[in-house]
Amino acid sequence: MEAHAHASVGHAELEIPYNVHPRPDTGVYNGKLGIWLFLASEVMLFGALFSSLILLRTGAESWPRGYEFLNIKLATFNTFILILSSVTVVMAWSHLRLGNLKKGRIYISATVLCALIFLTAKGFEYSHEFHEGRFPKTNNFLGIYFTMTGLHGLHILGGVIVFLYFLGPGAKMWAKEPERYTNRIEIVGLYWHFVDLVWIFLFPILYLM
Amino acid sequence: MNDPAAAVEPGADVHEHAGIGDPNAHHHSPEHILKEMRTYLVVFVSLAALTAITVFAFYQLKTYPLKIAITVALIIATIKGFLVAGFFMHLLSEKKVIYAVLIITVIFFIFLMALPVSHHANPFGS
Repeated sequence: MEAHAHASVGHAELEIPYNVHPRPDTGVYNGKLGIWLFLASEVMLFGALFSSLILLRTGAESWPRGYEFLNIKLATFNTFILILSSVTVVMAWSHLRLGNLKKGRIYISATVLCALIFLTAKGFEYSHEFHEGRFPKTNNFLGIYFTMTGLHGLHILGGVIVFLYFLGPGAKMWAKEPERYTNRIEIVGLYWHFVDLVWIFLFPILYLM
Repeated sequence: MNDPAAAVEPGADVHEHAGIGDPNAHHHSPEHILKEMRTYLVVFVSLAALTAITVFAFYQLKTYPLKIAITVALIIATIKGFLVAGFFMHLLSEKKVIYAVLIITVIFFIFLMALPVSHHANPFGS
């Protein structure tokens, strides 16, 4: 049973409890509770930036409209791409639950591809803004725009790194512990959906208002 | 080693712990998982449609007062957020401990959003 962590004499390996099966008291495995606590802190991180945006905007005599110079078509395309990546990651998790690693990895690869397309499009956007002489220091709108989208982009990059790990060396876990591997993809998936969720609000607030 | 491409027998429990006596056993059956996958595709189409509606509404409401545009955009974004959180993150059928974490988070988040508003309602030093 995995309920007990044991590190006895002559047995240095520590078994982490409840990383596959749910803890009886919480009803979820530890990793899942852990990612939700992490996401709670992420809500406060992005919440602070949204709060700053409200403060800056309501306190400003005039405020630039994002749609007047930001690329709405590219941002809309990116929104579709991120939504698509959210679907591919839940499909990956579902196929892993069905015991199909091959399809699971195909969908994880598709998620990574979507993420890279998103980052490339964002790179084009940033490049265009810089070319036009619009930098974070230019005004408060651009300051908060680059901060929020930049932080969001870093989260995308972080997700890509984790997905690539589970496509590569991390996939070895499937051979011995397929359920644990599946749970890990669920955890990364929850993180990924949160990143998608943040963009769902960033898109209209920064680009369309 | 598990065969990566191995198909599971219809009706079989995929997870070994989801057996007799497990109230969530049906959640792990291949039939249930396949049903969930169909739901994900429906949610995806809904999210894509709502994104298109967001942009369409933006162009339609461009000449209207900003408050209307903001309200419409945030309502659509909230619906999209509900779909992602409810279906992709499975918050519609999650355990109590997760809800407890989120309730605390929401309380602090609302407080955080209310801070700048209260600042303008009663600025310090005025």
